Amino acid sequence: MRAKVHEPIDFGHALRDALVTGVLTLLVLGPVTNLVLDGYAITAELLRGPLIVNGIGLALVVALGRFVVAVGVQTPAGRDLLTRFGQKGAHGVTVETAADNDWHRVLRPLVIGGALSLLLLVLSRFGLMDVQRAAALVLIVLFVVLGQGLGSLRRRGQSSPWRILVPLLFVAGLVLPLLFNAWGLFPKTWIGNLILALIYVLLGLGLNIVVGLAGLLDLGFVAFYAVGAYFLALGAQYFGIGFWTALLCAPILAACCGAVLGFPVLRMHGDYLAIVTLGFGEIIRLILNNWLEVTGGPNGAPAPGPSLFGLEFGRVARGEGNTPFHEFFGLEYSADYKFLFIYLVLFVVVAAMIRFITRLRAMPMGRAWEALREDEIACRSLGINHVVVKLTAFMMGAMTGGIAGVFFATYQGFVNPTSFNFFESVLILAIVVLGGMGSTLGVIIAALVLTLLPEVLRDFADYRVLLFGALMVLMMIWRPRGLIRPKRPAFAPKGA
Amino acid sequence: MSSSRPALLTVEGLTMRFGGIVANNDVNFTVDQGSITALIGPNGAGKTTVFNCVTGFYKATEGRIRLQTEAGEVEVGELLTRPVLGGSYLVARAGIARTFQNIRLFKEMTAVENLLVAQHQRLNRNLLAGTFDSAGFRAAEDEGIERAFHWLRVMNLLDDANKLAGSLPYGRQRRLEIARAMCTGPRLVCLDEPAAGLNPSETEELSELIRRLRGEHGVTVLLIEHDMGLVMGISEHIVVLDHGEVIADGGPAHIRSSPAVIAAYLGTETTEVTP
Repeated sequence: MRAKVHEPIDFGHALRDALVTGVLTLLVLGPVTNLVLDGYAITAELLRGPLIVNGIGLALVVALGRFVVAVGVQTPAGRDLLTRFGQKGAHGVTVETAADNDWHRVLRPLVIGGALSLLLLVLSRFGLMDVQRAAALVLIVLFVVLGQGLGSLRRRGQSSPWRILVPLLFVAGLVLPLLFNAWGLFPKTWIGNLILALIYVLLGLGLNIVVGLAGLLDLGFVAFYAVGAYFLALGAQYFGIGFWTALLCAPILAACCGAVLGFPVLRMHGDYLAIVTLGFGEIIRLILNNWLEVTGGPNGAPAPGPSLFGLEFGRVARGEGNTPFHEFFGLEYSADYKFLFIYLVLFVVVAAMIRFITRLRAMPMGRAWEALREDEIACRSLGINHVVVKLTAFMMGAMTGGIAGVFFATYQGFVNPTSFNFFESVLILAIVVLGGMGSTLGVIIAALVLTLLPEVLRDFADYRVLLFGALMVLMMIWRPRGLIRPKRPAFAPKGA
Repeated sequence: MSSSRPALLTVEGLTMRFGGIVANNDVNFTVDQGSITALIGPNGAGKTTVFNCVTGFYKATEGRIRLQTEAGEVEVGELLTRPVLGGSYLVARAGIARTFQNIRLFKEMTAVENLLVAQHQRLNRNLLAGTFDSAGFRAAEDEGIERAFHWLRVMNLLDDANKLAGSLPYGRQRRLEIARAMCTGPRLVCLDEPAAGLNPSETEELSELIRRLRGEHGVTVLLIEHDMGLVMGISEHIVVLDHGEVIADGGPAHIRSSPAVIAAYLGTETTEVTP
């Protein structure tokens, strides 16, 4: 194939292709758009405008497009592009090499990230972009680079630049939002958007353990999210627990729920497992919806905000003898403080979770998950208790979902069952699939893109689901293994 | 058979029925400590069923399969029916490792990772130790990597250490599967048609490897094989199955001259030859 780069371009063929597609489009769309019913007569309006309702025009556009594509793929550049995409579909997973931890390899995302941030700031400086949006995007870029740093494991006996960079990025991630907020670049709306984005990162990471690593298709993941959220809301209502208690206890409760779900479904595979988990997700939602006396049903339940060493973030303190945060520090009241605080805590928790999950993959437990995904029978023949391994995967995933739920509840200040419907589960699953099953960085990027894109593209809100579907189709064609393919760790014996 | 070595595995009255089909009927044989025992027979004789019963993938309908371990005698059926925690993984932990007729490697993991998974029981599985990469965890992990490379060396696979298992050529995948079984630290390793799909020189190399496994690494080998050259060359004890029953049991010379075996493989005019 490579040798025949100078093959002449077959214009006739391209023309024929273009003609066929054009005529087909005309046949399909022409009668619908260009024949207009006027009274009792049908008139043919050949030059009907605008273009979108003119089948003839559309047919011309389609034919032209097909011609360009047909010629394009015959050029060397086009052919290269095709073979590149073809190859990527063919072999998915690669093994990391020693060069992966080199300075220049590590610096590449850093440089790209830095350049991107700079570009955004320049754009906003000249008024080409909303300043607040640019500031938020800078924070996102920072988080993605940090995510890559946290998600890469140092090879034994090798120094990695990430060792210095990760703490720096981490501190920057904590300080920059405060500075941006103080400069008025980071208002409440954007803090809220970023909080939601990070919550979805957390959910994606959790489901990634179950689906991506252990290979158990879970369509009811949102149930654990709901458990975490309602634990804070109902716990505060009935037992007076606060945000921090919930943050510690909700993961345990969610993990227990994961175990409860895990036990009956352990014998199932693939489709059956998916259906049972789907049912579990719906059961939790229906309980929350219908058990009016306890959960408040569709009316939902209020959830308390966070506190900082007993200081509340409300305008006036709720608890007796408590001082609000702003009074204690002698500041002007601002609702931003609460959200900023949630953002910072969430940032720390997500960073810790990324690190934890990255370590898990290098631990016997994580390896056993992946082995189980590859071949359950072989696992059993090696003395691995597949029941326990599956159960741990369910529990770890549920735990992460539970933590995300607590943050969601405290951020919203209110929870009700509509937040935990099936579509949420699908969205989280889409994050995992688009990001690349088993890839931490891929999941982070996919979560940020899928949650923030609708915010950035508010004008196209009506076409959100359409765009979402188109994105899915394109990804499945070009990158069926997801955005980022995970790399296998390489090992060397001690002597080498 | 008539050896002075103690029996490592004793199969007594093993019967396996699938509904109305009798796959194995009253199979009896022993595998001596440190021996290479082969299980042969025509297609459909029930060899793999015996294998699956021995390695705990099937629960035998009747009969006992006893394994001698350091901690005493273990009955395979009892491990499978143990309440709540019973399962075939316990058989593997008791010291019976196996390979599969159609290779079952973890294809999207590297060769070393495959071997590390096999050492699951020996590594440090403490969640906290692993998360914070403690000294104990690192030591256990290093030891595991060392052991993995040891077996790669034995199996002559060092060059493929960091390649994906699924990308290896067929013969190497077979060897990697044996290495993986050995990484569990077994007393008995069961090889299901290890030479299937190998060319003559690879088969030669394999028989040398199996001999070394027994000779240098002190493991007992039980194998199913169709390649008679390999079977006759390396095994000192052969059990022949036909229609789910043992028709001959003894050394290679005995089997070669057994009329029942010849009848089973080649057929005879007088069909009453079966014992």
